[in-house]
Amino acid sequence: MPSFAKLFATPWIWSFLGALLVWLAAVIFTGGHGAGGMITAALSLAVFTVIVGLGQMFVVTLGPGNVDLSLPANIGLASAVAMKTMDGQDSLIALGLLAALACGVVIGLANYALIRVLRIPPIIATLSSSFIILSTDIHYGRGLQIKPPESFADFANVQILGFPILGLFGVALAVVAWAGLQRMVYGRSVLAIGQNMRAAKLAGIPVERVRMLTYTLSGALGGINGALLAGYFRGASVDIGNEYLLSSIAVVVIGGTSVAGGKANVPGIWGASLFLVLLLTMLNTFGVSAGLRLLLTGLIIVGVITAAGGHKTGR
Amino acid sequence: MTDPLRSIAKLDGVRRSFGAVRALDGVDFTVLPKECIGLVGHNGAGKSTLMSILAGTGTPDSGQIAINGAAQTAWSIQRARALGVRCVFQELSLCPNLSVAENTRVSHASLKGWGGAKRAADLIRASLDQIFPGHGISPQDIVGDLAIGQRQMVEVARAFTVTDDPLHLVILDEPTSSLDAQTARQLLDHIRHAVAGGVSCILISHILGEILDTSDRVVVMRDGKVVADEAAANLTRSALVASMGGARLHAKTNRTDTQGTSQPIVAEVQAGAAHGPIGLQARRGEVIGLAGLAGHGQTKLLIDLFEAAGSPRNGLSVAGAVALVAGDRQTDGIFPLWSIAKNISIRSLAALRRGVFIAADKEAHLAETWRDRIGIRTDDLDNNILSLSGGNQQKALFARALASDAQIILMDDPMRGVDIGTKLDVYDLIRAQAQQGRTFLWYTTETDELDNCDRVYVFRNGQIVAVLNHGDLTEEKIIQSSFAEVTA
Amino acid sequence: MTTAAPPTAAQSRASRNRARLLRTMLPALSMALILLAIAWLNPRAISYFGFSLMLNLAIPIALATIAQMFVITINELDLSIGTFVGFVGCVTATWLHDAPLLGALVLLASIGVYAGLGALIHLRNLPSIVVTLGMSFVWQGLAILLLPKPGGSAPDWLKGFMGLKVPFVPFPIVAAVVIALVVHFALMRSAYGTVLRGAGGNPQAIGRAGWSLLKTKVVMFAMTGLFGVISGMALIGITTSADANIGNGYTLLSIAGVILGGGEFVGGRVSPIGAVIGALTLALAASPLLTFMSIPPDWQVAANGVILISVLAARALISRKGA
Repeated sequence: MPSFAKLFATPWIWSFLGALLVWLAAVIFTGGHGAGGMITAALSLAVFTVIVGLGQMFVVTLGPGNVDLSLPANIGLASAVAMKTMDGQDSLIALGLLAALACGVVIGLANYALIRVLRIPPIIATLSSSFIILSTDIHYGRGLQIKPPESFADFANVQILGFPILGLFGVALAVVAWAGLQRMVYGRSVLAIGQNMRAAKLAGIPVERVRMLTYTLSGALGGINGALLAGYFRGASVDIGNEYLLSSIAVVVIGGTSVAGGKANVPGIWGASLFLVLLLTMLNTFGVSAGLRLLLTGLIIVGVITAAGGHKTGR
Repeated sequence: MTDPLRSIAKLDGVRRSFGAVRALDGVDFTVLPKECIGLVGHNGAGKSTLMSILAGTGTPDSGQIAINGAAQTAWSIQRARALGVRCVFQELSLCPNLSVAENTRVSHASLKGWGGAKRAADLIRASLDQIFPGHGISPQDIVGDLAIGQRQMVEVARAFTVTDDPLHLVILDEPTSSLDAQTARQLLDHIRHAVAGGVSCILISHILGEILDTSDRVVVMRDGKVVADEAAANLTRSALVASMGGARLHAKTNRTDTQGTSQPIVAEVQAGAAHGPIGLQARRGEVIGLAGLAGHGQTKLLIDLFEAAGSPRNGLSVAGAVALVAGDRQTDGIFPLWSIAKNISIRSLAALRRGVFIAADKEAHLAETWRDRIGIRTDDLDNNILSLSGGNQQKALFARALASDAQIILMDDPMRGVDIGTKLDVYDLIRAQAQQGRTFLWYTTETDELDNCDRVYVFRNGQIVAVLNHGDLTEEKIIQSSFAEVTA
Repeated sequence: MTTAAPPTAAQSRASRNRARLLRTMLPALSMALILLAIAWLNPRAISYFGFSLMLNLAIPIALATIAQMFVITINELDLSIGTFVGFVGCVTATWLHDAPLLGALVLLASIGVYAGLGALIHLRNLPSIVVTLGMSFVWQGLAILLLPKPGGSAPDWLKGFMGLKVPFVPFPIVAAVVIALVVHFALMRSAYGTVLRGAGGNPQAIGRAGWSLLKTKVVMFAMTGLFGVISGMALIGITTSADANIGNGYTLLSIAGVILGGGEFVGGRVSPIGAVIGALTLALAASPLLTFMSIPPDWQVAANGVILISVLAARALISRKGA
């Protein structure tokens, strides 16, 4: 059984510790006021980062150069697709979610097609596709002021025993991702490809199929996230996903996933997302200006990377 | 005849180990002024390691280096260049994105300022013209666009250019491996010319005719030691072959050829242009050896067969599932972040599922079974794969292939750097598995191992040039077929 | 491996050179194509005045693209160049205007930060994508602290310089030619420029030739910082006032410009002239062309994506044929 020392050797524990620290700092500052509310709000907000963070994690784990830069545009378009399909009616919620999912899947497949057929590096492929998606969204979502169905918007605020249902969904998703990564052939294949693509191919892994699945998965999670965000913020918008370009990559790295590939960490995604959200909460309660907030966030990311760069495992 | 006071370079008692493998086992080596030394030996005899130490890119575990009689304490690549020692490495060290002239400029810090580019171009053009008349290479050509042979010409020509630093010794590691006969002849003539002009050379080559024609003195290495050091005039080709290989196949096992021709063919390479005039057939239960010098197409054929499994192509057909045992563990085999167990199970995951999940107990059972059968020395299969010695890592890769459903096992020189105990264990296992109907295609650079094979195909220049049955197998025959002669 | 002798050396060389020529001409061809389209749609745009207008904002983009190209040369990427340009813009419109000495010092120090990042990335073996991602927050935060609301004003000398009227040739074109040539000579012709590109192509070979790889990283990141500073200043010289978010789009534009100009992410294969042409192409395609084509502004961003994909597809096709 894991001993205490072993627990502290796991990389993801630090992101949770960091989250705990910033929460404590905020609570001490407010004199204990709103400590619980802070956590509830953080749990809900962090979920959005967790969802795309998980998709990005699988992509990054495929190895150096693999990254999905189309997530923000994907989220924006999916949010519009979901709102338009739901059309404010409760009966169409499931269909809307499905439409957003399908939108994400198509984007993921298109990304992979660009990478494979045109042999474009993933960075530039997902970047150029994001330009096209963005325009599609601007055109499609023009003047779109459709509110989400009432029960869909309320869904975000539903709590079970004080635990936001959105947070439960995020935890469930993470458990599935963890099982997929560690206990399914797919996850093992991703980890193997990220460590050594050639060795993976020679060990009989269908490398290209796994890569396609991974980009599709990232696209699908982006699509779902778009729909949920539109519900949470009561409407779709073009820039609704903007912050997730940086934060999806940041939580992957802070959470202990290796940018060199082959090593992924699901709990770390949750820890890092909570950390980022609570960090913002803390800075807000301190009354820190927006500029200082960004500055500190950036410095902390660079600091964490520099510290983590020291103890690399493997070669 | 080795007077240390007038030596250009002198190595004393140089030792170097890579993990469990002793690459250099106390080598003494002297280079005199105005001489060309031919350095020969089998793959893995330690030639390249020794030369990298002399050139300053590798550091010995112990031993002394003296240049022009002065002992060197902080020997480095910079120091080597300053004292006039240059090396043409086997893996080319040109920047593919730069032009021929720019690559020359990068290696001479003095070619700066206005006109530096032009001087670099003139310098390399003159050197190319001198060594390879009619070379057809322009200084403005981008190196990445050149054919491999042309790149080798540029690398050689660059080593002979002189600006500020002196030039006393040029090491050429397999400089003719990618050159055609005529160009190789030009290079060998130039080496004699350079030696006459006062520059010493060390020539490493597998083409014994080149060595005998060009060198003043021949040094033979085997198993990390110098085993012969003779004036070239006193040597013949067969004497060289004898000292390289020794009489090591004397303990030939008496094997009865149990496998008849009644068994079905499971892998076949048709005779034809692509793979040479001789075809290859592997029957169920056979152990087939692929021999010849390293890098003459054996690995490529194995990879082609691996990819042809399931979809016949280009004269290759494979019937049944295949698994490959990598020889280059770091680039082709090991997943360095994983445990031993995960490294073993990766090829068999589909069979280890229960529902959609990999069953942990089945996975552990598979790993334990094969640890015991193949003798991987570890207490805990959950330890990282790199915690094992090289030989045991290799056993894990064998276990990966043998534990799978594959009936055809491709082996890419898997015994490189593996200790003798492990080897004997694995040989037994391979024979036992073959008895049970598995087929092995086994590329090896160690001639002894071919004794385990029912039939051996010898490769040269990407083609199969000879086939030897187990009964006819001798080291002489293999070496005869492997070493091409310069006919021009 | 001995390769089979090619048909004839001269033949293969000729076809190789053709493919290479086609590939190097590709950026210029794509720009020519766009110019032709503009000329066909609106002949009046092809004039001194038309070019001055159409290429108004092209110079800062070209400078940012050059900045990005320096780090791409050594196989790194700068995801913070956009917010850095914004930060420089804010410094230019405030401190450089009000207290020139302080402003100049801050800008110099920011170049020093870039050089330090290069050293950090090399010594700790860090992924540049993540480090510069973090830095993008830092620059943006600093910019907002400095200028919470859009405003400030450019120093007069800068406004005057960017508004220069050159006879016969519009100023943006003159500036683009100067930038391309200066960087071309520094990186493609000088001795150390050759070493820097070699460090992208085969670092081991450069190390074996006795050069410091740490120094190459530091120099290249410092150059990125320098051109980021010039880009931000040029931008404010044109817009005359600043906004903390003014450069945000430049990160992706600069990467696209480098690739469009024939650069590759790994291997030290870049072209300063190509990068400037790539940036101009993006600037032209971004709004003037589409306005003339009466394509709604909605699809302008997509046009950038489509151009990028088409050029890369064409390049992939040429490379496959030439190989």
